[in-house]
Amino acid sequence: MQHRVSVGRKVFVAGNYAFLVALSLLCLLPLVQVLSISFSSSAAASAGLVKLLPVDLTFSSYKYILQKQEFISSFGITFQRLVLGFSINMSLSLLCAYPLSKERKDLRIRSYYAWFFVFTILFSGGLIPTYMVVSMTGLIDTIWALVIPSAVSVFNVILLLNFFRGLPKEIEESAFMDGAGHWLVLWKMYVPMSYPVLATVSLFTMVYHWNAWFDGLIYMNFPKNYPLSTYLQLLVINSNPMKMDPKNLAGILEISERTTRAAQIFLGALPILIVYPFLQKFFVKGIVLGSVKG
Amino acid sequence: MNMKKTKRELPLHLMLVPGVLILLIYCYYPMVGFVIAFQKFIPINGLFGSDWIGLGNFRYVLQMPDIWKVLGNTVFIASMKILLGLAVPILVAVLLNELKHVLIKRGVQTLIYLPHFLSWVILGGVLVDILSPSEGIINQLLNAVGLDSIFFLGSNKWFPAVLIFSDVWKEFGFSTIVFLAAITGINPSLYEAAIVDGANYTRQAWHITLPGMVPVIVLMATLSLGNVLNAGFDQVFNLYSPSVYQSGDILDTLIYRIGLLDAQFGVATAIGLFKSFVSFVLITISYFLAYRLVNYRIF
Repeated sequence: MQHRVSVGRKVFVAGNYAFLVALSLLCLLPLVQVLSISFSSSAAASAGLVKLLPVDLTFSSYKYILQKQEFISSFGITFQRLVLGFSINMSLSLLCAYPLSKERKDLRIRSYYAWFFVFTILFSGGLIPTYMVVSMTGLIDTIWALVIPSAVSVFNVILLLNFFRGLPKEIEESAFMDGAGHWLVLWKMYVPMSYPVLATVSLFTMVYHWNAWFDGLIYMNFPKNYPLSTYLQLLVINSNPMKMDPKNLAGILEISERTTRAAQIFLGALPILIVYPFLQKFFVKGIVLGSVKG
Repeated sequence: MNMKKTKRELPLHLMLVPGVLILLIYCYYPMVGFVIAFQKFIPINGLFGSDWIGLGNFRYVLQMPDIWKVLGNTVFIASMKILLGLAVPILVAVLLNELKHVLIKRGVQTLIYLPHFLSWVILGGVLVDILSPSEGIINQLLNAVGLDSIFFLGSNKWFPAVLIFSDVWKEFGFSTIVFLAAITGINPSLYEAAIVDGANYTRQAWHITLPGMVPVIVLMATLSLGNVLNAGFDQVFNLYSPSVYQSGDILDTLIYRIGLLDAQFGVATAIGLFKSFVSFVLITISYFLAYRLVNYRIF
């Protein structure tokens, strides 16, 4: 070990801390600023007075959004999508990853299956033909359009199967000796041994379904069927002048477009901000175990 | 013996049935749908019912005034994202590895991974707000130091830079994960030997840490080759406007507008086929290179 720390090293260490802390603030501050705008009065926001903290603290933007019918109903669609999408994605990922993790002696045509899955990463049908197929199978304007076409995530399957491969084979072999079948081994042995990678895949799946907006935009013909992120995309990004319901006019004076937009952005990010810290310690481990080998 | 083996395998096949079906319908069948690139496609007639016009759609695409501009934008934006998207995480991973204070290190990691998990709808909204020329905080800061406001999202000079830097900003943290894992995998005895030989920290970083990362760097660089035509639809779509089509329109946004807004399905599919084909070649090359160079296999 080095006994004396040189001056140059001390300067470097201090500079390094400062740089990395600044870098992480750079990732956080834009979100903080938008959050502060959402809690500020519209006058302060449009006068550009809001810096890091809210000015004239008010919850009126949130009150206004949370009583909007469209917001609530699009949240309902997203909730359905999360429940259905999450359970379908996770079960299909497990069901695909388990057989694919087997050796050739256990599943003779394994490599054909594997190529069948991998080819979908290499080549894709593209936007228009995919849209046509979704339309031909009658999913347009149903919740299934948001769930079924993306039901198999090959990326998640690969993460899972690489993890499965690293599990000790002896336990499984002794289970087979005792007469257990593949279904039992998958459910009672593989799943309980795979919590870190399952947490990772769960996080990815939930984040995917929460964030996905484009499929909602193209597969839904009526805004009433939009999931929350598509609804937000329409409101926040396509800043078409909103049609105001006369009975909401009273609120307009208090709620400038900017503060409302900010509040919607923040509500759209909120669930991820809540789940993220809990799953963060898992996903780093899950990714490293699942994707980077030797 | 063979019968017994087949019977043993049966549950494994059964497990794969739902996944295989989904992929067949929603991934493989659309590949067949590429035939509409060669048709004057009318949706009501089905995939094979419209008039065949050979390469007509492709000729039409080549005569579009902006097509080369759009291709150029796509390659430029995507390449810059790939280059910076590799360089920044490598640097940050090396620097993060030097942090000894566990809590600060973990805090930094938590914050820099975060933007990766937010969608471009959210981040697009954030960027539109903070970059706004009239009330955005960035332009307020510029004004405070005596500079003029810049219309970042409305000027062709600035728009590609906004795309590139905001993408690096969103993804650099998450990309450090693999590089940090590579550093963690370096044998500690190498450092001990270097210290005995009198190597200082800089030399250790240069002669042990970086060379130890080379396989992962090569891997990530080759695998990103397949993204040369992926300039990031979600991001561009949520940030662009007609005034910056000149510098910011990319293949995917063009396909969307021609196909789903103008309903010229055949033309849009022709561009899509071109993109899918080139990407296929690039990805195949990249996987082959990754296999040859660092013995990488997908599974």
